[in-house]
Amino acid sequence: MELYSERKYIIGAVIIITALVFLAKLFSLQIMDPSYKLSASSNALRHVTQYPSRGLIYDRNMELIVSNKPSYDIMVTPNQLSDFDTTEFCNILDISREYLEKKLAEAKDYSRFRSSAFLKQVSAETYAVLQEKLYKFPGFYVQPRTLRNYHRDIAAHVLGYVGEIDERSLNNDNEYSMGDYIGVTGIERSYEKELKGEKGVNVLMVDVHGQTKGPYQEGRYDVSPTVGSDLVTTIDANLQEYGEKLMENKTGSIVAIEPATGEILSMVSTPTYDPSLLVGRERSANYRKLDTDTLNPLFNRAIMANYPPGSAFKIMNGLVGLHENIVSPDNQLYCPGSYTVGSLTIRCRHHKSPVNIVEAIQYSCNTYFSDLYRKILDHPQYGSVTNGFNVWRDHVTSFGLGDRLNSDFPNEQRGDVPETSYFDRFYGENRWRSLQVVSLGVGQGELSATPLQMANMTAAIANRGYYYTPHIVKEIKNGDSISEDFTSKNHTTIDSTWFEYIIEGMEGVVNGPEGGTGRMAEMQSITICGKTGTVQNPHGENHSVFVAFAPKEDPRIAITVYVENAGYGATWAAPIASLMIEKYMTGEVNRHWLENHILNADFINQ
Amino acid sequence: MIRKNFSKNIDWATVFIYLLLVLIGWISIYSSVHDETHQSVFDFGHRYGKQMVWIIAAFLLALVSISVDTRFFYVFSYLFYALSILLLIAVLFLGIEVNSSKSWFNLGFFQIQPSEFAKLSTSLVLARFLSTHGDKINNNRNLLKMGGLIFLPIILILLQPDVGSATVFLAFFLALFREGLSPKIILAMFMALGLFVLALLLDELILILIILAGGALAYWALSRSTKSLITALLIFGGILVSLWVANDLLSLQIKTEYLLLIAAGISALPFTAVSLLYRLKYIIPVLLITGGAILYTQSVDYIFDNVLQPHHQTRINTILGIESDPLGEGYNINQSKIAIGSGGLTGKGFLQGTQTRFNFVPEQSTDFIFCTIGEEWGFLGSSFIIILFVIFLLRILYLAERQRSVFSRVFGYSLLSVIFYHFAINIGMTIGIVPVVGLPLPFVSYGGSSLWSYTLILFIFLKMDAGRTTVMK
Repeated sequence: MELYSERKYIIGAVIIITALVFLAKLFSLQIMDPSYKLSASSNALRHVTQYPSRGLIYDRNMELIVSNKPSYDIMVTPNQLSDFDTTEFCNILDISREYLEKKLAEAKDYSRFRSSAFLKQVSAETYAVLQEKLYKFPGFYVQPRTLRNYHRDIAAHVLGYVGEIDERSLNNDNEYSMGDYIGVTGIERSYEKELKGEKGVNVLMVDVHGQTKGPYQEGRYDVSPTVGSDLVTTIDANLQEYGEKLMENKTGSIVAIEPATGEILSMVSTPTYDPSLLVGRERSANYRKLDTDTLNPLFNRAIMANYPPGSAFKIMNGLVGLHENIVSPDNQLYCPGSYTVGSLTIRCRHHKSPVNIVEAIQYSCNTYFSDLYRKILDHPQYGSVTNGFNVWRDHVTSFGLGDRLNSDFPNEQRGDVPETSYFDRFYGENRWRSLQVVSLGVGQGELSATPLQMANMTAAIANRGYYYTPHIVKEIKNGDSISEDFTSKNHTTIDSTWFEYIIEGMEGVVNGPEGGTGRMAEMQSITICGKTGTVQNPHGENHSVFVAFAPKEDPRIAITVYVENAGYGATWAAPIASLMIEKYMTGEVNRHWLENHILNADFINQ
Repeated sequence: MIRKNFSKNIDWATVFIYLLLVLIGWISIYSSVHDETHQSVFDFGHRYGKQMVWIIAAFLLALVSISVDTRFFYVFSYLFYALSILLLIAVLFLGIEVNSSKSWFNLGFFQIQPSEFAKLSTSLVLARFLSTHGDKINNNRNLLKMGGLIFLPIILILLQPDVGSATVFLAFFLALFREGLSPKIILAMFMALGLFVLALLLDELILILIILAGGALAYWALSRSTKSLITALLIFGGILVSLWVANDLLSLQIKTEYLLLIAAGISALPFTAVSLLYRLKYIIPVLLITGGAILYTQSVDYIFDNVLQPHHQTRINTILGIESDPLGEGYNINQSKIAIGSGGLTGKGFLQGTQTRFNFVPEQSTDFIFCTIGEEWGFLGSSFIIILFVIFLLRILYLAERQRSVFSRVFGYSLLSVIFYHFAINIGMTIGIVPVVGLPLPFVSYGGSSLWSYTLILFIFLKMDAGRTTVMK
């Protein structure tokens, strides 16, 4: 039993040797090695975050629209505070004694040992004065930050804004820490990853008075920040500015897309606001003001407002009718001035009659399209109204309607192209007929789309059958290329041959010798193809709508204009679209009378 | 009567050191999370308040374990072991996930770690096994059985995965060593560890060269025949050169490492034949060990990349200096060293540590509690703790040696091994000579689960010691 008893000495020796190794190491760490011992006057390290500048944002012509400006946060570390001249301190920073006391109490509450922000976004001038006297105020130090700097007062909704990260996002993502800025809306949010850059850190030795004593270990542990990637947007800053000017004192939206690429040339939502309002110390006060404004200026109507498309939708139904061989281009229909079945009457305007499909678009004939829509749904080749409806719906959704386009915008709305189940619920399965949904034929009823979706539909028509997913960023500098979803064609389900008839009708709308509904959009030098719409609005005056593209051959711009509560599409939306096209195609606007007509219109303060 | 006997027989010296360690632990926890705005010692929202509760509960556990008859543990040791294995399996399915490993059962107001219970039950089952098979410890069957008893919980804990806790069970080999386990097995384990480190550190080519040279050297040392070594080297060299030329001429593009291995393999053949012919004992083991070492180092990369978790890889890499990551894993070790180093000879004084309390050191009340001690009490304080642990461990060694039954001696050594392992790894990692594997310092670190399990094992052993005169077996 005691055979191996002597091994206890080996085990004892192992224990003692381990302890001796530890003691030797501790002796070298604690007594011998000065590199681990911070000198008596500097007994703490301070990690000063080096914030990267966010990426710059350019317009499509490489004009800088968003950059950064320096700003300084005053930080406080409560346990390093000692008595200081509070009056002088308050005077330098232009703050009240109450503010000082309140913030110091808050900081102590947060942590006595960790620094927190005492006063944010101090100007460079104040910083310069304070910096000289900082030695008098132990416990305070200055943290440089950068803020957004807007070069032009445009595109607030497109650009979005940057704000301090909230609690919830903070918990979901450990790349951020308290007080970090993060994109909240618009491009700032959808391209946050590219724009934000990487934070760095400077490890500084700090003495008991809170004075920095230089970098720790010659900056061995410092990490320099990486600036964010710059973005080139698809926006034309001049066109954007012009669109916002035209839409002044009006509620609504303009979306212009380059059909050949899906690039969004301008995206206007009014009322809008100056993006600089949401920067700096006044940010929260300004935000509150904007947020409570009854006109809702923070709401990006271009992607979030679901408007019924109105008569502009007739071009869509025309395409379905032709593709499904429900009508031929030669078929004519007599319009008695209204579409009447039983007790239902859809009124039409007075125009030449009978009309074929091209003329029906030109005159926006309600009779023709109500009749056509019912013919589509009731056509025997589908077997039932439900099947007919689904055939129609599949064509419509192939133009990007009824669901998010998945552009690079956060908060994009889906719009609505109802499914048969909706009517099944409403009327009962197979209990509804084409007559009950006939208003969809003229773009009214249970149908809605965002201005972006309508502009995209127009771009698909301009392209004669395909579209690129609309997007707002065309290039990420020093970064990945933009998503492949934005560079691949989405084909619609309509044969390209049928587009010519619809486009001919749209040409007639603007340029027709007689009775075109959009004649106010006509230009001498450029052939604009368009379609008016007047959206019945149960809450007030009708919304004025116009969709258009130009020129007819090789279109360079597809545009949608919505003006809320303005009345006829022909009167307001059409000339705005036309002026935008002129501005984009020629760089300047010569039709001053038309321009003044629009600029003088006021649908908000009337 | 019994009670009186008991209080006379219990080893009060050990109990005293135990209480001292627990007290030092609590003070350090208090200091590491101390905040002037929170005054009450019994603030249960804070770790020192909670630790107070764990300590009181540990004392109750100590009382319970010394009032249970030692025979109870002897009789039910296998049952306990089976139970703890079941718990280790159950925790894989029912456990809650903390830091991406499933090691804890959530019992509402507190959580328990079945791997802690497994330490106790494995100690008991090894003690029980050796009390009957102790005389034939190096018998292959017994080795296999004991290996199974130790590695079964290791594998289950690795599945959680909790590499740190799993390695603790390797400490039981120290207890087995005392009972006569062949030093060759311990040596082999250390060789495996050494090769593991070398395989990560060195270039594959150099490593293979070293192992082959080691094999040749071992052969020479055993055979004492320089002539045959030269013969061997000549054969090997000839094959290598011809392979080299063939590779070059035929442009086979075989890597140099493989050329070396093929040459070594081919030249080993005649030696195997010779050894079989002349019944030379040493050639075959040398060849087998050399071959095994090469195979093992080749698989280290696989183990490292596929078995270990990324944070363990980084920690090992940081310690070995392969990877410099001063703001990541290396940052922790570095901050820990700064905290201890800044303590100087006498330390900064109680509650005056800045490094630990500025939250520069992570986990400063659990795994890195030694930092607080080193910073606030300096070299004197940290040496005191180390010496205290040495006295404690040697005292247990002494107590274990005076046991009359193999069962209680092995149990005592198991206690010693586990505490020693935690002590060595924990302090080793805070001063940067061992990878950070996340093991607490026994009795000192914050946390109920580990404190209870060591208290339980310690007092069960003290009870055995108190009753050592009533011989069991």
